[in-house]
Amino acid sequence: MTTSGAKSGANPPAWVKSARQLERERRLRRTGRRSASVATASTVLFLAVVIGVVVSSPGWPRVRETFFSAGRFSDAFPDVLRGFWLNAEIFLIAEPLILCLGLLVALARSLTGPVFFPIRALAVGYTDVFRGIPTILLVYLVGFGVPALNLRGAPSDPAVLGGAALVLSYGAYVAEVFRAGIDSVHPSQRAAARSLGLSHAQSLRFVVLPQAVRRVVPPLLNDFASLQKDTALVAVLGPLEALRQAQIHSADTFNYTPYLAAAVLFIALTVPLARFTDHLAARAERRRAPGGGT
Amino acid sequence: MTETPALLRMENVWKTYHSQPVLRGIDLDVAPHEVVCLIGASGSGKSTLLRCVNLLETVDDGAIYLDGAELTEVGADADRARRRIGMVFQSYNLFPHMSVLDNITLAPIRVHRTPRATAVAQAKELLERFDLADKAQEYPDRLSGGQQQRVAIVRALATRPSLMLLDEVTSALDPELVTEVLSIIRELKESGMTMVLATHEMGFARDIADTVCFLDDGVLLETGPAEQIFTEPREPRTREFLQRVLEARRI
Repeated sequence: MTTSGAKSGANPPAWVKSARQLERERRLRRTGRRSASVATASTVLFLAVVIGVVVSSPGWPRVRETFFSAGRFSDAFPDVLRGFWLNAEIFLIAEPLILCLGLLVALARSLTGPVFFPIRALAVGYTDVFRGIPTILLVYLVGFGVPALNLRGAPSDPAVLGGAALVLSYGAYVAEVFRAGIDSVHPSQRAAARSLGLSHAQSLRFVVLPQAVRRVVPPLLNDFASLQKDTALVAVLGPLEALRQAQIHSADTFNYTPYLAAAVLFIALTVPLARFTDHLAARAERRRAPGGGT
Repeated sequence: MTETPALLRMENVWKTYHSQPVLRGIDLDVAPHEVVCLIGASGSGKSTLLRCVNLLETVDDGAIYLDGAELTEVGADADRARRRIGMVFQSYNLFPHMSVLDNITLAPIRVHRTPRATAVAQAKELLERFDLADKAQEYPDRLSGGQQQRVAIVRALATRPSLMLLDEVTSALDPELVTEVLSIIRELKESGMTMVLATHEMGFARDIADTVCFLDDGVLLETGPAEQIFTEPREPRTREFLQRVLEARRI
C-alpha cells in the first residue's frame, strides 16, 4: 500500500508510543521470554532423555567402539573427504543437466496440437519409465550396460556413467515438478499474455515460466538435497567416492566409524541447502504479505 | 456518539508498514445497527483500518474493543473475536476449490460446530434470499463478478456475525453488477446489521451511511452524518476530495 503523494495539510501528528503500547510490548516480551524458556527447557529435557536411553542401553559400549571411535574417525576422514569431492563433483555437474532436461521434458509435455504428438508421447514415456525404475537399479543398468555395448566413444568412467544414470532418473522427477509448477499458474495469466499478442512460446517464456519456477524452487531444492545423497549410489560401480572410501576403511578394521565420517560430510552439505530453502520460502512469504515488497 | 454503548470502538490506533505510517491515531465508535462508511483516496488507510479490526493486522499502538472486550489485548484469542465479525474483500477471496455451498458452510460447520444439515439448510435459505439458489453447486470461477461477490457476502453472513466489514466490495465490478451487490448491502442495513464499509461509491455512501468518515493519509480527518459530510464538509481537504470525485464522475 502506498500513501498518496500529497503529504496532506492534515497536521500529521508524530507517533509517540502510548503508555498502553509500552505496557503491551512489555507483556509481549514477557510472554516471549516465558515461551522461549519453556521451549529451551523441553528441548534440553528431550535430548537428555534420548541420550540417557541410548547410553544406558546394554549394547552401548560395543556401539561406541564400532561406530564412534575417535581414532578411526580421524584415520578415515582424509580419505573419505577426498572421496567426497567426487560426490560433490558428480552433484555439481549433474544438477544443471537435470534442470535443463527436466525443463525441456516439462515443456515438451505442455505442447499442444496434434503435430507435437510424438514429442509429447516421448516425454510422457520418458517420465513414466525413468521415474518407475529404482535409482540404484538404473545405476547398475547404465553403469554395466553401456560399456557392454562396446560403442566407440561411449564413456567408460564409472563416475560419468553413474552421473548419467542419476541425470536420467532425477530428470524425470524434476520434469514433473516443473510441470506441476506450470499447471499451477492460473489460466487467466496465460489469457492476459495471449491477449497482448504474445505467442504461446512467448507467454510461456515471459509470463508462465517465471511464476512457475518461483513456485517450484522449494520442491526443486528438496530434490537437490535428495540428489546429493544419491550420489553415494554411484559407489556400486566402484569409483572411489565417499561411501566407497568408507567401505574400504571399515573392511580393513571391522569398524563402522568411517561410515559416520561419510554421513557427517553429507549432512554438512545438505544442511546449508535446507537453510537456503527455508530462506527462499520465507522471502516469498514476506513478499506476498500486505505491506511487503516495499 | 449515541447513548447506547459502542459495538466497536477504536482508540488511537496506529499502524506502520516499514516505518511508513498507514494509520495515525484513529479513534472511531460504531454503535449497534449503525452503518459507517469510510471514504478517502486510495492508500488513505481504509482497507488497513478494516484489516486491523479483523485482526488480520496487528496494530502498532492503541486498542480495539468489540462489545466492550479488547480484541488487541496480549494473548487475546483472535479466532474468537473473528467469529463475531464478518469480512468481505474487494477481490471476493472465495475458495476456488470449493463449490459455492461448501464456501458458505465451511465456517458454520468447522468453526461454529453447526450440524451439517442445519448449516446447509441455512446456507440455502441465504442463497435463496439473495437470488443465488441455482448456483449452490457451482464453482466460484464459473460465476460472474457480481455473483461471486454476493456469494462472498453470504459466506460472511452465514456465521451470523454481529459486525460486518466490507472492503471496497464493488470496486472490481461493473456498474450493472454494482447495483445488485449494493442492493444486498441495503437489505442488510434494513435488517439492522452493523456495518463498516470502505467504498468509492459516494452516492451509495450518502444514501446508506448513518455516519461517514473521511480518511486522509492515515488520519480520520472528519466524521459526521452523511448529509453533513456531503453537503457542508468542515475540512477543506474533505471538500477537495469530494470535488475531485465529482469531477471524475462528470467525465
